[in-house]
Amino acid sequence: MQILTDGNKKIQIEGSNIRQVIENLNDQYPGMKDRLVDGDRIKLEISVAIDGEISTLGMIDKVSENSEIHFLPAIAGG
Amino acid sequence: MTTADYERNQVLSTKEFKVVGTRPIRHDGADKVTGRAIYGADFDAAGLLHGKILRSPHAHAKIVSIDTSKAESLAGVKAVVTYKDFPQVSNSKVDLGEAVTELKWLRDNILASDKALYAGHAIAAVAASNPHVAEEAIKLINVKYEILDPVMTTQEAMSENASILHESLETEELGKNTGVVSNVAKHFQHVKGDIEKGFKEADIILEREYNTKTVHQGYIEPHNGTAIWSPDGRLHIWCSTQGPFVVRESMAKLLDMPMSKIRVTPTEIGGGFGGKIPVYVEPVAALLSKKTGTPVKIVMTRKETFEGSGPTPGSHVKIKIGAKNDGTITAAHAWMAMEAGAYPGSPVGAAAQTVFSTYDIDNALIDGYDVVVNKPKTAAYRAPGAPNAAFGTEQALNELAEKLGMDPIDLRLKNVATEGTRRPDGPVFGKIGAKEVLEAMRDHAHYNAPKQEGHGRGIAIGFWFNVGLDSACNISVNKDGTINLTEGSTDIGGSRTSIAMHAAEVLGIPVEDVNPTVVDTDMIGHTGPTAGSRTTFSTGWAAYEAAQEVKSKCIERAASIWDVDKDFLQMEDGIISSKSDPELKMSFKELANQMSSTGGGISGAAAVNPSGVGGSFCGNIVDLSVDSDTGKVSIERFTVVQDVGKAIHPSYVEGQMQGGSVQGIGWALNEEYFMGDHGSMNNTSLLDYRMPTTLDLPLIDTVIVEVANPGHPFGVRGVGEANIVPPTPAIANAVYDATNKRIQELPLSPGAVLSAE
Repeated sequence: MQILTDGNKKIQIEGSNIRQVIENLNDQYPGMKDRLVDGDRIKLEISVAIDGEISTLGMIDKVSENSEIHFLPAIAGG
Repeated sequence: MTTADYERNQVLSTKEFKVVGTRPIRHDGADKVTGRAIYGADFDAAGLLHGKILRSPHAHAKIVSIDTSKAESLAGVKAVVTYKDFPQVSNSKVDLGEAVTELKWLRDNILASDKALYAGHAIAAVAASNPHVAEEAIKLINVKYEILDPVMTTQEAMSENASILHESLETEELGKNTGVVSNVAKHFQHVKGDIEKGFKEADIILEREYNTKTVHQGYIEPHNGTAIWSPDGRLHIWCSTQGPFVVRESMAKLLDMPMSKIRVTPTEIGGGFGGKIPVYVEPVAALLSKKTGTPVKIVMTRKETFEGSGPTPGSHVKIKIGAKNDGTITAAHAWMAMEAGAYPGSPVGAAAQTVFSTYDIDNALIDGYDVVVNKPKTAAYRAPGAPNAAFGTEQALNELAEKLGMDPIDLRLKNVATEGTRRPDGPVFGKIGAKEVLEAMRDHAHYNAPKQEGHGRGIAIGFWFNVGLDSACNISVNKDGTINLTEGSTDIGGSRTSIAMHAAEVLGIPVEDVNPTVVDTDMIGHTGPTAGSRTTFSTGWAAYEAAQEVKSKCIERAASIWDVDKDFLQMEDGIISSKSDPELKMSFKELANQMSSTGGGISGAAAVNPSGVGGSFCGNIVDLSVDSDTGKVSIERFTVVQDVGKAIHPSYVEGQMQGGSVQGIGWALNEEYFMGDHGSMNNTSLLDYRMPTTLDLPLIDTVIVEVANPGHPFGVRGVGEANIVPPTPAIANAVYDATNKRIQELPLSPGAVLSAE
């Protein structure tokens, strides 16, 4: 995704939930929303980690002021 | 040291409970050992027809035409289906519970349309009055192929002039569609720190390449499915699956039906290990049932199971690690290409997220490539991708330790990830037990015992994330104080009982008073597959919540009987009592007996999707001998140490640890798809595909380490997968110790050991 962020590995974005974070991310780096979202949900092949925990709520999950968010490939177990 | 000098199965507990942590007899035990349990192939119904599937003999071919007329005219044949019988709906994504695929790829994998992409690819199917007629009939189907060159490995598939599997597959390079058609579906990276700076800081740099082969999960029960398509448009499936709700969703997409019209009953399952999440025969049975109006059953043979289901990928992995002379790892680079099989979707993503996750490394770069080849579409297999990655990393670590003159466990402890460590893929670890596992290995009698003459010793450690996902549970109280518990997780390793133990612990009743039942998709809330080491964690949590509701209602009923405020009451160890009045006391059984006269039946229900999943680390200590004449490796002693958070039922946890170890031993020493010159598998029976038997193995010692997961009410971490990660590198390290031969390709078969330099 660094292609879309001018090579930046870390970005500070405002928002109180993942939906807002992605909207704001997309304002700053157009194309991010298409990369991450399908309709009104996180793409099935992507998982969101908030402060090290994989989110189970996706777009509606709350984030706090200093939350760290990662977008990762979703994994499958056996 | 002899085996009498230490405890063979140790539990290093941090917290004790009343029911949790005990070893009751499993509820389904009697049915399983007496042969009464109903498996998919046992299913029967009036008018049942038998289906057989015609499969491609070619690994890569265009399908020019399919003529089914002769088969249709054979006496006893009731219907023939091809891909044309699927509703032709537009492409979309299909959620397989944990993984995702394109509908077209899923459909084409079940019945090929334009191309056969592996030997064994299903082409057409027949329903007949008995299996023998069906088998004769598929031989009468005339398929014209235009044979193409197959590509069988990532190296072949990524080469410049490789035969292309999908003309529509354009490579995604670091998140961007390149528009270039190739066999590489995707290349991605994880970057942490400054890799070049890290290698410059290193006093020693090690660079190696590793290869692993395609292996199968090897479940004893082949895939099977029976379908009844009713005249009113309802479809009922009985099948051997890890995920009945995954089957339902897949069928709804494939057959363009509402989920409410599809009912999936999971029969007892004879192993899955990840391979029984996707659908294979179930949609075909459904199409045949729709055409005939009767029930149709399809049961795969062993050959079909090898050739027509989803093994785990072969892989090509390059590892480069730099360290200072004191053992501090300064940089690590992994380059990993994994075979997806015929359609995109290898587990390289998980491999990339696990390859260095055991260690706290400041500078790391991980490149992952998802590559299609002419082999069956891969499926999950216990910690998918992680063993392939660990086979490289954990051998490289041992080589590094030797060059640095360090004990291999000390080197790992010096760099081990702990709470607060940032993984190379980004997230920061919460409470984890990697350090505790390594310390338990270092302190174990096995590691401290002198090696026998001629034996080699190896160690390794591995990581798996585990997952949560949806789970549901219903509990109803019976008048005698027993409870009925229903849930939707296929019971693979005794999970009925471990889930029941959650409820028993909350209610303070014996687990024998709980009657747990795995029910079908019409009878319980949405539940993810039994996979990702999630069932005891997540469905157990649903049982915990449902029992809490029952407990709360019991307290309310007692309050109404005693005419006191419910806040003054408590329920512990199955006794409801007043916090202040010792006279007010009633057992759960006594209350249950009064429930009809105090407001009616008592029940509880919960649907959860918990976060707070705790990852699990697992380590091995292996002693082995190598026959210098034949190259045969014999495992002499094997110890598995795993952080499980809290063992709900220690015997089942030990079973998972031993089972994962045995599968890892098979992967290390024997198992591989022997591919012929034209891309077909040569060893399609369990005689030739050599999995370990009890005669090949010593008793496997276990150490349960309990670093409680703060994200679960009882501290549970999933335990089903991490244990398959360390065996292959631990065994390779031990073979090196015994022979001075560093073998970087699996399996370490007698021929490979003999011919190694």
